[in-house]
Amino acid sequence: MNAILFTAIWGVIMMFAGAFMKSKTTPKYMAVIGIALAFALNALELYTGSPLIDIDSQNMLRTSNFNLTFIAVAFGSTALLFLLNGRDFERIGQHVSEYFALIFFILCGVAIVATFNTLLLLFLGIEIITIPLYILASSDKRNLKSNEAGLKYFLMGAFSTGIMLMGIAFIYGGNSAASFSLSQINIGAEGLNLYLTIGMVLLMVSMAFKVSAVPFHFWTPDVYDGSPTVITSFMATIVKIAGFFGFLRLFENAFGNVHSEWQVLIVVMVIATLFIGNITAVFQQSVKRMLAYSSIAQAGFMLIALLSMNDTSREGLILYSAGYSIATIGLFSIIIRMNDLTIDDFNGMVKQQPLLAVCGAIFLLSLTGIPLTVGFLAKFWMLASIVETGKHFWVVIVAVMFAAVSAYYYFRVLQAMFFKPVNAEETVYRVSGTYKILLVFAAALIIILGIYPYVLIDWLYR
Amino acid sequence: MLGTYFTFPELLLWLPLVAGILAFFLKNARAVKTWSLIFALIVVAVSAIGFCYADFAKYPSYNQVSYYWLKHIGNSFHLKLDKTGHLMSLLTSLGFLFIFIYSWKDDKKRPNFFYGMMLLAQAGIMGVFSAVDALAFYFFWELALIPVYFLCSTYGGEKRIKATFKFFVYTFAGSLLMLAGILYIYYHTPGRGFDDGTQALHSFALKAFEATNLSSAEQGCLFWLFFVAFAIKMPIFPFHTWQPDTYDQSDTSVTMVLSALMVKMGLFGVIRWVLPILPEASAAYADIAISLCVIGIVYASLIALRQDNLKKLLAYSSIAHIGLIAAALFAANELSTKGAIIQMFNHGINIIGLWIIVGIIEKKTGTKKISELGGLATKAPALTIFMIIIGMANIALPLTNAFIGEFMMFGGLFQYSKIFTVFAILGIILAAAYTLNMIRNVFYGEVKPSLSGVTDIALHEKFVLGIIVVIIFCLGVYPQPLLDFITNAPVTP
Repeated sequence: MNAILFTAIWGVIMMFAGAFMKSKTTPKYMAVIGIALAFALNALELYTGSPLIDIDSQNMLRTSNFNLTFIAVAFGSTALLFLLNGRDFERIGQHVSEYFALIFFILCGVAIVATFNTLLLLFLGIEIITIPLYILASSDKRNLKSNEAGLKYFLMGAFSTGIMLMGIAFIYGGNSAASFSLSQINIGAEGLNLYLTIGMVLLMVSMAFKVSAVPFHFWTPDVYDGSPTVITSFMATIVKIAGFFGFLRLFENAFGNVHSEWQVLIVVMVIATLFIGNITAVFQQSVKRMLAYSSIAQAGFMLIALLSMNDTSREGLILYSAGYSIATIGLFSIIIRMNDLTIDDFNGMVKQQPLLAVCGAIFLLSLTGIPLTVGFLAKFWMLASIVETGKHFWVVIVAVMFAAVSAYYYFRVLQAMFFKPVNAEETVYRVSGTYKILLVFAAALIIILGIYPYVLIDWLYR
Repeated sequence: MLGTYFTFPELLLWLPLVAGILAFFLKNARAVKTWSLIFALIVVAVSAIGFCYADFAKYPSYNQVSYYWLKHIGNSFHLKLDKTGHLMSLLTSLGFLFIFIYSWKDDKKRPNFFYGMMLLAQAGIMGVFSAVDALAFYFFWELALIPVYFLCSTYGGEKRIKATFKFFVYTFAGSLLMLAGILYIYYHTPGRGFDDGTQALHSFALKAFEATNLSSAEQGCLFWLFFVAFAIKMPIFPFHTWQPDTYDQSDTSVTMVLSALMVKMGLFGVIRWVLPILPEASAAYADIAISLCVIGIVYASLIALRQDNLKKLLAYSSIAHIGLIAAALFAANELSTKGAIIQMFNHGINIIGLWIIVGIIEKKTGTKKISELGGLATKAPALTIFMIIIGMANIALPLTNAFIGEFMMFGGLFQYSKIFTVFAILGIILAAAYTLNMIRNVFYGEVKPSLSGVTDIALHEKFVLGIIVVIIFCLGVYPQPLLDFITNAPVTP
């Protein structure tokens, strides 16, 4: 509750501040302060168990440790993004303050998606996330690719929103309790009726759109590739994990007791997502595009949370969100520091920027899932959750094989950074001392969580 | 003091780890070499002392240590050295000492990186030999791979990056399959209680893994998951295709780590994590596993016979020898297992000796093609003598260290199946053929004009080869101490 209120208010403040402040650098500091406050207020609610202002939401919002921990992860990742790449928002265009304001609105949406308890608020949250994103995706106005990204995202987003609304309508119609509340969706003893089934499948399709699960992933590479890289790193991490969290909460709370009926759809989606994401990522030359496809591949692993739906998978999703976000934000921040983005441009990075190369290697190892990084434990938790259900062991085998495939494209970047000679035209890096310290901090987080994940998981059981 | 403040597994793990991390900060080549050599010596000393205190029943507190780590899921950081573990640690520490002496005069770019990574690899391998919690074991298993991956890709031939990457993807895929297997067994273990009152629903402890009640169908699937992981590491036919290229392309020092020590991780894995945990499946599938090993022995020996590249010749010879050890392990009777454990140690010593000689030849002549070599005996007599002795050990001639192990393994294998033994013995005959052939072509005959400038080996090279030859003869003439050491408790803690 704290998080929703504060981010909304801070978004408005930032928007007005843009009109009064002429300096281009101030918004960055305001944003950092804002996200730090938001994080602290959320942590306070997690710690004390009650929000500062207790608004009766008529049971439309529900907070729990799980939700609040997730908000903490999302806000923490955003804070890391602001700290690492705050200055790069200034390079997108003139309206720096507005960009940050939009991001705070998105965070408000993230907090709503993390705590919703009725279908209406889910819809609201998803819309609050996506509408500012349409603007941000096309914020590099003079760049055709950015315009394309914005338009494509908008069309696809509108499409999936329509599907979601239709799904909600069907569920309302098929629900004998005539309610939007998740806990009041009546599934009789004979299982789902026709309307509920149609509604549920439509909801699944629209959520799959949002998390770019195969076969609803086609918008992802172009949108991620075309958007300004800072925005991409925000979209590919915080927005994506929020989508997953919403997906999990929706299906767990509304359709959890008929899990076995829709589980098979998720199995198909997991396998397809792992397959398409990993195989296509292998063929990419541009690192940014490769990361876009790899984010689809990682989505396959996160979908496992819906497949197994037990305590282990809940812990796993939190861990996965954190590990994936930190590593991806870190990698994108390195890409932003370079001007060109093909894999060959990473050649010989270790000789020019040893620190960046080592941190980049840690992020890549984490995404691959090598022990001692949080990426490994996240994958481990996810796989363990499947085995715990006692079914679908073959999915584990398939998943680990695709994890091995993922080593192929992540390690290509690693090879370029460490083992190839420096290009004739040396890549120019724009790095400052502060940036290096922050990057080391991010890499250290990966290792710390990789050795002792209970730093994070304990928050769930406070 | 010992046992209260520190234990052998800890010392063997932390010393190289800390030394390795610090080595990255030593920019001076001389300093970093001295530093690594000193630590390699200390580790050898520790493992040698540990060797005297290896009896777990007598000195339990010296040989195991356990910390809380991820206790909520029933894992702990539990290290424990049994006798096999002690023997392997001794081999590891000796191996790195030999490698560091051998590369004493090498001019490597970025020596701090080389030695740092080497010491980290040593720490990882030591961890594999001592971890008795499945998750910790998996951690070390992967972590030993990463420094070696970096080393192989940084130093070596032109195609090293591609070759190493193949190696990495193979082993990574294999270990992930093992991870799936570990998870499956984990969810069939009973709960685990810790001293501080934490209760976990399942357990990663080796003891709990051994106590699981898995049906034979389950065991069958799990067996193959583990088998593939270990077979890739060893490597056993048909999972060996990464190996000749990687051995050929990597720097010789790194190849020694791969072929002498990391290979043993696979064999050790079979001893500790397959045979006791999946006994039914190991017995049921032993025939298939041994067939693969034996096919590998014959196939690799035949290729070695036709090989012109010295490094590839050694690589294939290594496949044949490891195939025999693996076959003996799967035969799983007392004689063959003991022979295999003894041979694991001796093979490590001999193969390092062979690699050192091949490395020296390549450094001195600039080629590794047998057809471009010849008559080295007149130019480098000392090298030739060492080569002949170590070559004899490679053929497992009596009075060399390899004889006793191979003899026991054949004895055990014979008890298991006569047909397999016949084919496996073919490997020894072929080994004699290709080794002697290679010695003749490289060291005797006419001196090739391009080799006129070759000189004999330097003092440090003589020194390290001398130690190896001493070990070969001592254990060849009088293997009793080693036999006694293994006799009491050969398999698993």
